[in-house]
Amino acid sequence: MTTSAITHEVTYLEAISQALDEEMSQDERVFLMGEDIGPYGGAFRVTEGFQDKYGEWRVLDTPLAESGIVGAAIGAAMMGMRPVVEMQFADFISCAFDQITEMAAKNHYRWGAEVPLVIRAPFGGGTHGGPFHSVCPEVWFFHTPGLKLVAPSTAYDAKGLLKAAIRDHNPVIYFEHKFLYRRVKEVLPAEDYIVPIGEAEIKRTGSEISVITYGAMVHVALEAAEALDQEGIDMEVVDLRTLSPLDTDTVKDSVRKTGKVIILHEDTKTGGIGGEIAAILAEECFNALDAPIMRIAAPDIPVPYSPPLEDFFLPKAHDVITAARQLAAY
Amino acid sequence: MEISQSEFLHLYYFLKLTRALEERVTTLYRQGRIVGGVYTSHGMEAISVGYASALQADDIIAPFHRDMGAFLVRGITPGEVLAQYLGKRTGPTKGKDGNVHMGDLKRGIIAFVSHLADNLPVATGVALAFKLRGESRIVAANTGDGGTSRGDFHEALNFASVRRLPVVFFCNNNQYAYSTPLHLQMAIKDVVERAKAYAIPGEIVDGNDVASVYLTAHRAFQRARDGGGPTFIECKTMRMHGHSEHDSAKYVPRELLEEWKKKDPILKAERRLKELGYAGQPEFQEIHMRVEKEIETALAFAEQSPLPEGPEALEGVFAANPVEVLI
Repeated sequence: MTTSAITHEVTYLEAISQALDEEMSQDERVFLMGEDIGPYGGAFRVTEGFQDKYGEWRVLDTPLAESGIVGAAIGAAMMGMRPVVEMQFADFISCAFDQITEMAAKNHYRWGAEVPLVIRAPFGGGTHGGPFHSVCPEVWFFHTPGLKLVAPSTAYDAKGLLKAAIRDHNPVIYFEHKFLYRRVKEVLPAEDYIVPIGEAEIKRTGSEISVITYGAMVHVALEAAEALDQEGIDMEVVDLRTLSPLDTDTVKDSVRKTGKVIILHEDTKTGGIGGEIAAILAEECFNALDAPIMRIAAPDIPVPYSPPLEDFFLPKAHDVITAARQLAAY
Repeated sequence: MEISQSEFLHLYYFLKLTRALEERVTTLYRQGRIVGGVYTSHGMEAISVGYASALQADDIIAPFHRDMGAFLVRGITPGEVLAQYLGKRTGPTKGKDGNVHMGDLKRGIIAFVSHLADNLPVATGVALAFKLRGESRIVAANTGDGGTSRGDFHEALNFASVRRLPVVFFCNNNQYAYSTPLHLQMAIKDVVERAKAYAIPGEIVDGNDVASVYLTAHRAFQRARDGGGPTFIECKTMRMHGHSEHDSAKYVPRELLEEWKKKDPILKAERRLKELGYAGQPEFQEIHMRVEKEIETALAFAEQSPLPEGPEALEGVFAANPVEVLI
């Protein structure tokens, strides 16, 4: 390994490609299915060049039929394969909802059949995609027992969580944030590694306020934390990384330490994951709380298209800063 | 291809076993001993017995709720079926699910979900796995006439045809989807017309003639095994009971049921067995007694089996270790 290779920065998107490539080359059960993933390389070019390397059948272009794709992936998974399905956009996962919630999620519970399936779901806003290319649909599946959900915020986590998802014996929906694809990058370890499913990570250690978040909002929280540092407010940023099963221990430990909490997500507020986390904290950490639990989330509207509208929709660092100042006053 | 005596007697035995088992289930339901729904294949047994019997041991089935015969042919025992209906721990789902919602990969059975036609994309994926691995195994999948209205039916047939996957689709056309008659389900006369849109060869078979189903399935399976891709087989039949046993099916004209009663698959098989000189009344009686005895033994097993404990409901949401797959 040359020095330049070791110091080469890898984008979040390249990290996803690397994970797929490495898992495919070391495990012949792993194969990819999706729309336009073959010669075209996928809508975001995650699988560019893959068909040349692995052939038409392991990088399988499918008809435009998400339910059929996921159903087929479930069947192949039950036969011992390790399919990785690409939803072109997470928004289109609604077409496959039934196969995911009724077939994939309930199989093992009902009759012990494993479904080692990964569904990659490019999600989130900030890319002017409008109401059908921007959603955060994770909560639909958060409410479904039998599914694992992950949502990395860094290139390191993107690679490690995808490898862990592929090696898992259960259906995993992998929410990859489109806004982060080419905006975050870092040097990755040369050796094989995974990020275990079910483990949150403290992305910034702080003592006064905990921000619980995931996906692109981790970066919003970090930006806010830097600004607040100038004001003498020391904020901790907890990146959930896995949404289901939730790492409640890490969340509770952080809140018990700081006594104040902001739950931040890009998904709309009502019925969002933030509500569940708030309930857990209210039930289990009530005595540790020095201030009301605060939630910052998108308003309860579809994701709008026009830049000022979308900008208004998405939570920002200044929202976190405002909330943190209020909390600091307690 | 002509059907041999031993093949036909195998089919006849499973027709009788399926009938006797489901009649017992219906009786148990009427006695209030089965708490959930009961969906039988009464009068339609020839379809599932026929197609499942034409498979090889390492093939896979993706059946639906009128396919009790296929479960039995693949090795699910009557005792397991009754345990499943009674919610016992010895049923294939250990009480987690009821009626015909059961599967076992070791016996090559994908469990059915209530959402009709969901099993068809899954079946294409099973076939895809075989194709990816270069195996000569195939998968047989079945749904009802109503199930062919679902998008999943069309997505499955289309994908299977585009990739020439080794899957054979059956349709149990029993003319009613719950209370909805065929003419309100689709504007076409024969369900098999749907296959044309996907360039899939289609066949219509008398679903009450077990030998016809068996031989037609056999040809289609061979074609799939040889790389010829999917076939669609419409099996014409009639649902002789309600959608489930709580449903008196008053919406079905009595004369239609009377007409189909004469075409009962067991009577039909007996006539044919006699014509071929394969069997007569003494053999039929012997098989009948054997089947009745099996059902008694099965019921005793199911009744003696323990119910699960309440907290067992929490087990098994996620898989921890690999399970054995029939590969």
